[in-house]
Amino acid sequence: MTGHVDGNAIAGPLADFFSFDVTMATGRCRACGTVAELARAMVYISGAGTVVRCSTCDHVLAVLVDTGERAWIDFGGVTAIEVRR
Amino acid sequence: MSFITRGFTGRGRERDDRLPPGQTLVGDFPVLSAGPTPDIDTADWEFTIRTESGAQHSWNWDQLMALPIEDVTTDIHCVTHWSKLGTGWRGVALDTLFEGVDTDYAYTMAHSYGGYTTNVPLDDLLDGKAWIAFEFDGEPLDPEHGGPARLLVPHLYFWKSAKWVRGLVMMEDDEPGFWEQNGYHLRGDPWKEERYW
Ligand SMILES: [Zn+2]
Repeated sequence: MTGHVDGNAIAGPLADFFSFDVTMATGRCRACGTVAELARAMVYISGAGTVVRCSTCDHVLAVLVDTGERAWIDFGGVTAIEVRR
Repeated sequence: MSFITRGFTGRGRERDDRLPPGQTLVGDFPVLSAGPTPDIDTADWEFTIRTESGAQHSWNWDQLMALPIEDVTTDIHCVTHWSKLGTGWRGVALDTLFEGVDTDYAYTMAHSYGGYTTNVPLDDLLDGKAWIAFEFDGEPLDPEHGGPARLLVPHLYFWKSAKWVRGLVMMEDDEPGFWEQNGYHLRGDPWKEERYW
């Protein structure tokens, strides 16, 4: 009962997940526990990348780096994101 | 990609050999900020080097100003493809600050007011290669540009020159700082185009 499949199996679910309007999603701040709509977060856009901070405690929720050809996304500052269907 | 043509100077077809690959000259100084600009009074400012023994070497603003101050003219190169040549700074060399510091570790993590971090090998901070800079163009460093003091490591991409620097923590191994965890290169040598992982 320990069988697993490889990462290809999440392609469908993740494509489904990311197709939702992110501004409608809510996230829980890993630092202060506030659950809030991502649209309420504070976004700082610099040349190096985009930093999303919790509007309650200023903690970094997410970092996006996009070079055009390559892009990184770090949601390490949220414990979970909720999207509603 | 238009930067190839923009990399030529107006005077001729020769590319300026002070310009690393993929860089374009700018006249101004773009401001890049990943968070609110910290408001740090020099009366509250402190810079600390912490070593593996737990020893802390700290300087307040007056103590920093009492150290030998150097004028530095240098080119700076941002990972977002702009370079500015011959910029003028004043600051205290890291060599001076490390004079009384006993460490066997070869890496540092620079910490800033506001929470930003960036990793820099110790070798890249010594031998006249890095400063705690507090003046730019003859003026006190603006908060937007990292004032009251920022790290200046001009031979690496400019994200390594941490704004609002407040200290260095010695590290046994090279660990990624804020941007380095999110795609940027661990070292960032512009002549090798070490932009990303
Ligand atoms: Zn928070």
